[in-house]
Amino acid sequence: MKLKQLTPLMVATGLTAMSGFLQAAELEITVQNLTRGIYFTPILITAHSPDQQLFNVGEAASTELQAMAEGGDIGGLEMAVDALSADTVANPAEGLLMPTAATTTMLSTSDGNTALSIVAMMLPTNDGFIGLNSWMIPEEPGTYTMYLNAYDAGTEANDEIRGGGAPGAPGLPVPPPLEDLVGNGGSGVTSEITNATVHIHPGNLGDNDAEAGMSDISNTVQRWLNPVAMVTVTVSE
Amino acid sequence: MAIQQRFGLSFVAISCLALTACDFNDDDEPAPMPPADVSYSYEVTVYNMTQGQPLSPVGVALHGDGMMWEVGTSASQALEVLAEGGDNSDFTGAEGVMASATGAGPIAPGSSETITVTVINEPDTFISVATMLVNTNDAFAGVTGHGLGELEVNQSMTMILPVLDAGTEANSEAAGTIPGPADGGEGYNAERDDADLVSFHPGVVSADDGLMMSALTSAHRFDNPAVKLSITRVE
Repeated sequence: MKLKQLTPLMVATGLTAMSGFLQAAELEITVQNLTRGIYFTPILITAHSPDQQLFNVGEAASTELQAMAEGGDIGGLEMAVDALSADTVANPAEGLLMPTAATTTMLSTSDGNTALSIVAMMLPTNDGFIGLNSWMIPEEPGTYTMYLNAYDAGTEANDEIRGGGAPGAPGLPVPPPLEDLVGNGGSGVTSEITNATVHIHPGNLGDNDAEAGMSDISNTVQRWLNPVAMVTVTVSE
Repeated sequence: MAIQQRFGLSFVAISCLALTACDFNDDDEPAPMPPADVSYSYEVTVYNMTQGQPLSPVGVALHGDGMMWEVGTSASQALEVLAEGGDNSDFTGAEGVMASATGAGPIAPGSSETITVTVINEPDTFISVATMLVNTNDAFAGVTGHGLGELEVNQSMTMILPVLDAGTEANSEAAGTIPGPADGGEGYNAERDDADLVSFHPGVVSADDGLMMSALTSAHRFDNPAVKLSITRVE
């Protein structure tokens, strides 16, 4: 189809006034947690203009992204994307998304909101999150599957011990459902941030001692290998 | 283990043959010949991309539209037997399997094996392939419910596969619990002491990375992807 090939060119040359085909779409979006033992905090799904991004590998996280990645608070990001006229679904799973569980939601996108981004914090981590960064929503109806990697916001040292979720507070937030799944008494894996920009998460280290050791994370259950999430997007006719 | 079938192709084929047989009459015209059987044959090549995880003999099954496992659901017993002990016999013999094949033996890291599976008069089958990473508690790799109906003769498809966790045995890595050469321990055990949900595998930790009780070393660690799978229709 010729229109499809023309679209990127027209965007590139700024001929957006003629871009009647940067059109609204009806999306059904499923996010599945693929991990053995990691929980996702409230998920933010947003369709926005392709010149905006929630995060970028190699760049420092925004304060809104930091609040999401360290404490699972998507309120700041939601306000930011609302101000940019994005189309957003916040917290489709209505709380934590358990290991291997999936959540499905509908998203109606407005003209021009052709890039899809998804983020959610991973627990237990210090500032790990799942990320889909500005995936261009296809105009062709169909079902598209993507696998997401785990990112590190680069805003908090991965000490892997109990602490707080407020931006800047060290340690892991431990909400009640994870109370019995996270250890105690760890001495802390590290107090250093070795890369202060968003990067691929190095993974949890963990240990096998729930009462002591370096980490309060279990090394046999709460590690992961990428990918950590599967996203299925169905674009309606 | 039952496989959900959406298309009763086998039943259609059987009823046609039955009609043909019943069509015999006293006319001078010869009875119509039954249509010649058509073979659909696939070469399945499994390449082991890991550092130190031999793959158990590969199980290959052709069946109707359905999945033999799914992330987020409980593993069938047949899958548990395969993923904990490397024995694919229940898997390839599952209810609903129209044709199956098994690898000749384990596939060493860096090696591959090509296995041929053939089905007669079934153009629209779905394939499931599974193999255990034997130096683990219950890790496996594979693909399930992949449609073959669109594949032309001499056409092939290639996939790179992640490692999955059957979720039926805790990943203790403890001596005596791992059937592969790293340990020589127990394979299948009916007890389910893990999440009882299939998931992506978190990886093995090993004694070298802080799991003191582990029978594994850094040599047994893996990352995704672990297996390259190619399917070529040859007939």
